[in-house]
Amino acid sequence: MTAKLIHGYEVVIGFETHAQLATQSKIFSRAATAFGAEPNTQACAVDMALPGTLPVMNKKAVECAIKLGLALGSKIAPRSIFARKNYFYPDLPKGYQISQFEIPVVQGGEVSFFLGEEKKTVRLERAHLEEDAGKSLHEDFIGQSGIDLNRAGTPLLEIVTQPDMRSTEEAVAYARELHKVVTWIGICDGNMQEGSFRCDANVSVRKPGGPLGTRREIKNLNSFKNMQQAIDYEIRWQIEEIEDGRSIQQATVLFNPDTGETRAMRTKEDAADYRYFPDPDLPPLVVAQSWVDEVRAGMPELPRQRAARFVADYGLPEYDATTLTQSQDMASYFEAVAQACGQAKLASNWIMGEISRRLNTEEIGIADAKVGSAQLAQLIARISDGTISNNAARQVFEALWAGEADNVDAVIEAKGLKQMNDSGALEAIIDEVIAANPGNVEQYRAGKDKAFNALVGQVMKASKGKANPGQVNDLLKAKLA
Amino acid sequence: MTSHSTDLHDLSVTALAEQLRTRQVSAVETAQHFLDRAKAQHTLGAYVALNEEATLAQARAADAQLATGNAGTLTGVPIAHKDIFVTRDFPTTAGSKMLAGYRSPFDATVVTRLAEAGAVTLGKLNCDEFAMGSANENSAVAPIGFDAPAPVRNPWDLSRVPGGSSGGSAVAVAARLAPAVTGTDTGGSIRQPASFCGITGIKPTYGRASRYGMIAFASSLDQAGPMARSAEDCALLLSAMCGPDLDRDSTSLDRPVENFGATLNNDIAGLRIGVPAEFFGDGLSADVRAAVDAALQEYVKLGAKLVPIELPRTELSIPVYYILAPAEASSNLSRFDGVKFGHRAKGYTDLVDMYKKTRAEGFGDEVKRRIMIGAYVLSEGYYDAYYLQAQKIRRMIADDFQAAFQHCDVIAGPAAPTVAWQLGAKSDPLANYLADIYTLPASLAGLPGLSLPAGFGAGGMPVGLQLIGNYFREGHLLNAAHRFQQATDFHLRQPAGLAL
Repeated sequence: MTAKLIHGYEVVIGFETHAQLATQSKIFSRAATAFGAEPNTQACAVDMALPGTLPVMNKKAVECAIKLGLALGSKIAPRSIFARKNYFYPDLPKGYQISQFEIPVVQGGEVSFFLGEEKKTVRLERAHLEEDAGKSLHEDFIGQSGIDLNRAGTPLLEIVTQPDMRSTEEAVAYARELHKVVTWIGICDGNMQEGSFRCDANVSVRKPGGPLGTRREIKNLNSFKNMQQAIDYEIRWQIEEIEDGRSIQQATVLFNPDTGETRAMRTKEDAADYRYFPDPDLPPLVVAQSWVDEVRAGMPELPRQRAARFVADYGLPEYDATTLTQSQDMASYFEAVAQACGQAKLASNWIMGEISRRLNTEEIGIADAKVGSAQLAQLIARISDGTISNNAARQVFEALWAGEADNVDAVIEAKGLKQMNDSGALEAIIDEVIAANPGNVEQYRAGKDKAFNALVGQVMKASKGKANPGQVNDLLKAKLA
Repeated sequence: MTSHSTDLHDLSVTALAEQLRTRQVSAVETAQHFLDRAKAQHTLGAYVALNEEATLAQARAADAQLATGNAGTLTGVPIAHKDIFVTRDFPTTAGSKMLAGYRSPFDATVVTRLAEAGAVTLGKLNCDEFAMGSANENSAVAPIGFDAPAPVRNPWDLSRVPGGSSGGSAVAVAARLAPAVTGTDTGGSIRQPASFCGITGIKPTYGRASRYGMIAFASSLDQAGPMARSAEDCALLLSAMCGPDLDRDSTSLDRPVENFGATLNNDIAGLRIGVPAEFFGDGLSADVRAAVDAALQEYVKLGAKLVPIELPRTELSIPVYYILAPAEASSNLSRFDGVKFGHRAKGYTDLVDMYKKTRAEGFGDEVKRRIMIGAYVLSEGYYDAYYLQAQKIRRMIADDFQAAFQHCDVIAGPAAPTVAWQLGAKSDPLANYLADIYTLPASLAGLPGLSLPAGFGAGGMPVGLQLIGNYFREGHLLNAAHRFQQATDFHLRQPAGLAL
């Protein structure tokens, strides 16, 4: 496998993703985590770091970390350590962030996905638990800043990859796959606009075979679209810098969606010494094997397991199986259709084709699809039992999606789309077509296949599309033989 | 006033609780008596906050409880808290300008537990700023009756320090301004002032008492404990203070609370008392040595056996402690930044300037010194050589104790190398640090330690005998101390000239 080169440069990308964990309460306090409350109404004494307060671990957050580790084939550390990352900022109430530093709870693992039809695997370095900071509000106060501590102490899982990605497309595909996994296993709501799933991309470029280039970290990519634009811009920028004879300085950069550009916010020289040390308020986090087993028993079938089952049980190509396991809803929809109609590949084609197209256009999820799994199964059944042609089926689908009717057979009836399966009537039409097109008949007999197709077309036209093309072929051949 | 009130302050907690239960005296008159004493003796500098209305309300509630006949072990007994515990009814300053006027919206668990046992809170007691000090000379808070910070004075000699950091606590008990109080001990802050003021104080095993609501100095070392005149009184308070608080403090141990009073009178014949040679070296002053030796001989008379033991890393406990405690403190004190509560500088140009001015104005010299030491030992390039190395030695110190406890049940020695020194005598911070040598080892190991009055030294100043037990052996320590106090009267002596 060779990496795609851009102007002779190889791109190297690693990701750090902050997934906000879907717990009811905060990671070290009992305050609620719900988004959008009035400022500072969801911050308790612990979140505000009032004197005398102490952190107590939320077991649900640990469970989320265990789930991710199990989903991605990672090692769950039997003993991990919480450390303090010390720095001053007004929205960091304690003056330090509790995070995992030297020994994280999730170690190793990998994320696999398809880029087009090519399977890619990105290795994980680690995933660690930490608390979020609050928010500084600079806009609402003239000459002052407001601090909202509702978000302070919200549990995060920071998921860090190896620098394994070699293109923007691969990076975005990784992020989409990770997004799929965390939402699939229910540890994160995946809402990128609300900041529940925030990605930082470490980007560098190098000549193939050379040492790793100096990286710049693009912070807080909050949509897949921004991610694509930001990384593309950053790659171009770095290559131009190097081509112009300048070296890349390690830096943290922000992407501005309005200009489409990245801009350095701080360089390595500004890097703080965080004075990490083990948090003496929190004993080591001990995860017994029995706890891991318990969590595993409650895990849903994972996307890749479900995809493998789709290949084994339904005979789907791996690509189809992977595409259909983008979400639990999508996979369940497929299984319902496939089981009801017994035509798994047709079901897959319809879902990946007509259904997905419309979902994308209308920007809705499959749970809101206007053709239900039972309807689609019925539609597919009518194709395979010869009642309607593929073309007719598309018309039925249109009608169902538009809400004109909800019964497949009723639509077929109402629109008169039933195929002509009566061979007597069809033979009469064929006889007429042969009689009316002596030229084509002669050419066919002289060995020209095109002429035959023209005859088939005439028959279909005369039957107003209701003839079964296979049947037309067979009868026409028999009559011209 | 009843005829009891004149000597109410001479009663032990145990006796006072009994008089309250039998309604010989009311909780309100008891509380008022001690409030009056606290105000009359304000020049000692022990109290930094009173709230008479709140105290008397609690006392009235205690009287109502007593009237039902369902009193708790401490119902109506007035106590006072070191100003390091946060309280709803009183301001909490931790001895710092940084928290001037701060009022906590919640009570510390220790405060709540004692209140649940029926104790009535008299007020808050002076201490070194954020519990950093060995003489209570680092308080930035004005005691009651003063407009500015004033020295906390040792009732045995008003020109001397009371010890620290729980200096106000020790003075309140020694001067009979409270029958019993709370203190906290990070490197000896209960045991050393208890020794200097001739009272009894115990620091339990790390994790026994909840740290929730105790303003953190060094999280891995801080422990709350009672200070009173006798081991018997300490046992009563300790039983009420301790116990799991797993929902609020992750370092709280899941170990049921014990009734430490039940084993006080156990026979100590055959008790093996380990005597570490390192506690009797060159630094120990002759008067303290003589008093401690005599106390050990008293134990022999009571049937105990003295066993020579070794604690070879005793001297190292000073550098280890003065790396680890400041390291944790530097981080624990970051929350005092002027943003959310406490002091904020008046004029500043930007955020960083606000931080700098706020912290420069709000913290005293000793606190700043420790923050700087702590930040230094945690910084990149120095962490391994200082912090990590100190952690390794800390574990060895704990191991040394376990080796010693193979040969003895209790370890005994001086609580401090000297008796209380003159106010202002130790301006060199290092001299103060060195004086902590005998209390630091048990703190670093997380072991329980107790100091009890063992006699008198130079200038007629009290000398404390320190007893160190293995983990969860507070009962042994209190038992050994109680038996000693049954045979001696050092704990009953009182400073002259302080009667109301």
